[in-house]
Amino acid sequence: MSGDIPQPPGRGVSRLGIGGRGTQAILIAAVSTVVVFSVLGVVVVNAPGWPQVQSQFLDPVAFAEAFPHVVFAFWTNIQLFLIAEVLILALGLLLAVLRALPGPVFFPVRLLATAYVDLFRALPGVLVIFVLGFGVPGLRIPGVPNDPFVWAVVSLTLLYSAYVSEVYRAGIESVHPSQDAAARSLGLSRFQSLRFVVVPQAVRRVIPPLLNDFIGLQKDTVLVSFIGVVEIFRSSQIYEAANFNFTPYMVTALVFLVVTIPLARLVDYLVAREARRRAAGGVR
Amino acid sequence: MNIRRSLTLFSVALVLAACSSTPAATETPTVAPTVAPTATPTMAPTMTAAATPTTAPTAMPTATPTPTPTPVGGVCGPLASLPVKTAGQLTVGTDDPAYPPYFDPPASGETASTPINGNQPWSLGDPTNGRGFESAVAYQVATELGFTSDQVAWMYVPFNNSYKPGDKQFDFDINQISYTAKRAKQVDMTDGYYFVNQALVANAGTPITSATTMADLQSYRLGAQVGTTSYSYITDVIQPTTAPSVYDTNDAAISALNADQIDGIVVDLPTAFYITAAQMDNGVIVGQFPAAGNEQEYFSMVLQKGSALTSCINQALAAMNTDGTLAQITQEWLADKANAPVIQP
Repeated sequence: MSGDIPQPPGRGVSRLGIGGRGTQAILIAAVSTVVVFSVLGVVVVNAPGWPQVQSQFLDPVAFAEAFPHVVFAFWTNIQLFLIAEVLILALGLLLAVLRALPGPVFFPVRLLATAYVDLFRALPGVLVIFVLGFGVPGLRIPGVPNDPFVWAVVSLTLLYSAYVSEVYRAGIESVHPSQDAAARSLGLSRFQSLRFVVVPQAVRRVIPPLLNDFIGLQKDTVLVSFIGVVEIFRSSQIYEAANFNFTPYMVTALVFLVVTIPLARLVDYLVAREARRRAAGGVR
Repeated sequence: MNIRRSLTLFSVALVLAACSSTPAATETPTVAPTVAPTATPTMAPTMTAAATPTTAPTAMPTATPTPTPTPVGGVCGPLASLPVKTAGQLTVGTDDPAYPPYFDPPASGETASTPINGNQPWSLGDPTNGRGFESAVAYQVATELGFTSDQVAWMYVPFNNSYKPGDKQFDFDINQISYTAKRAKQVDMTDGYYFVNQALVANAGTPITSATTMADLQSYRLGAQVGTTSYSYITDVIQPTTAPSVYDTNDAAISALNADQIDGIVVDLPTAFYITAAQMDNGVIVGQFPAAGNEQEYFSMVLQKGSALTSCINQALAAMNTDGTLAQITQEWLADKANAPVIQP
């Protein structure tokens, strides 16, 4: 009965964009989908180079052969992104808080934190991984680890904490100053206000973008193959070069899809929930 | 939701269908009978004395393994009838950098030339100078086919571009690519032009350098370049307890060696001589390995699957084998690169 109240756009509309109402729309969508995909399929399959592409990219024998190796190698990626993500979330928050410190006394701290973020957001990830993975162990300083896995984790942490700290910072700045003022007026110290009032609200708001960065991190773990770590991409590449067959990359793609698509859906769900809460004007 | 699910199912079905359907057409046969065998053999003026095969151009070529047209112009018929990409030109591919001893750097006073498809000159070796093992082999093959040196054009072809699907821009690619049966299912691979052994490189004074048997190597951390048979040699034959590390280039493997992340690198023997002499401060060849199994590993040239030129290259290589030019080239560029202590199985 609330027909007079304009609904916010996007409400109740699927992301796939199936607009309209009723079965007719669904029917049109289905037919259109079938036609488009059939035409695409026919064009691809009838391309002059298709048999060769098929035998080099979609070879069922190679798929089966490579599958266990590639999936096993993905365990290395899982370790990489899980360990790195914990470090990234901690370091990123620290950097964001340092950058948010007010007052002229903390200027050098803010400067350093800003320089750090600028530096590691500017550098291509491969370069950082190369320089740290080969350069630092090459110094042969006693006590400094030379395991490429360790330096892979360090590199990914440095790179992604810069991005993540910016996400946190956006979250912190999105918390209205009145929240801090109210907390201070209740007698909380500056740190307590940050710890109990500002950061909890900020973090809750930025969980979707943090998950986005987490997905990015998962995919970027393949970059550490450059310093000799045999992970999923390198494992596929080894098979590729040994057999001149690219099919293992399809396995790799599938593995990443299986892992990241549920996360992407989760992000969408969280964004939608956040939007609902805000629309409802709920206190968080 | 139903729409979404059926969409997903549909796309999965598409992929599965793509995987399972049989290839639409069988590969074209390796030898396209486009070269007309003329009855009266006329020797081409370009053929040099050294390149003349011992087989007389008689009507009955029983000695040669494949039915060959009568040699006119080169071992594979008149130049104009050769199935090359660009008429009157032999387009040869290799990777950049082109490493010695397979490709020789420009001598003092020479400047490196630029690949026909590139915008920067060849680094390290320059394939166009005819020096270095693979450069010399390629030019000799060209001579056998009836090309002059200035009809040979060199193209930059990264290793994995040499076997990607699609029309190849080169006539053949020569890049220390070892023959395997599985590789030969995707591209044409010629007969061998060099039998190669793998070798172990390490830094002098490190414990691994005292190894003399495969068993001695079990406990060491080994590395290799990706895409090499060196890597498969580690996993299939040496089988060390630590899984090998894999690098994009031998240069990266050397960095890892110097950072003490690995104890030794497996490379082919001529490359071992080059990197210990030129790329490492303290490198030594610990030894060379015996062939894996009973199949001696060898380098092949790569051509488009079903290329009509493959049999021509094989004829050229056969001629070079028969008259000793291949042995002579090998002697000239790799003779001192074949002697290293053998690591016993």
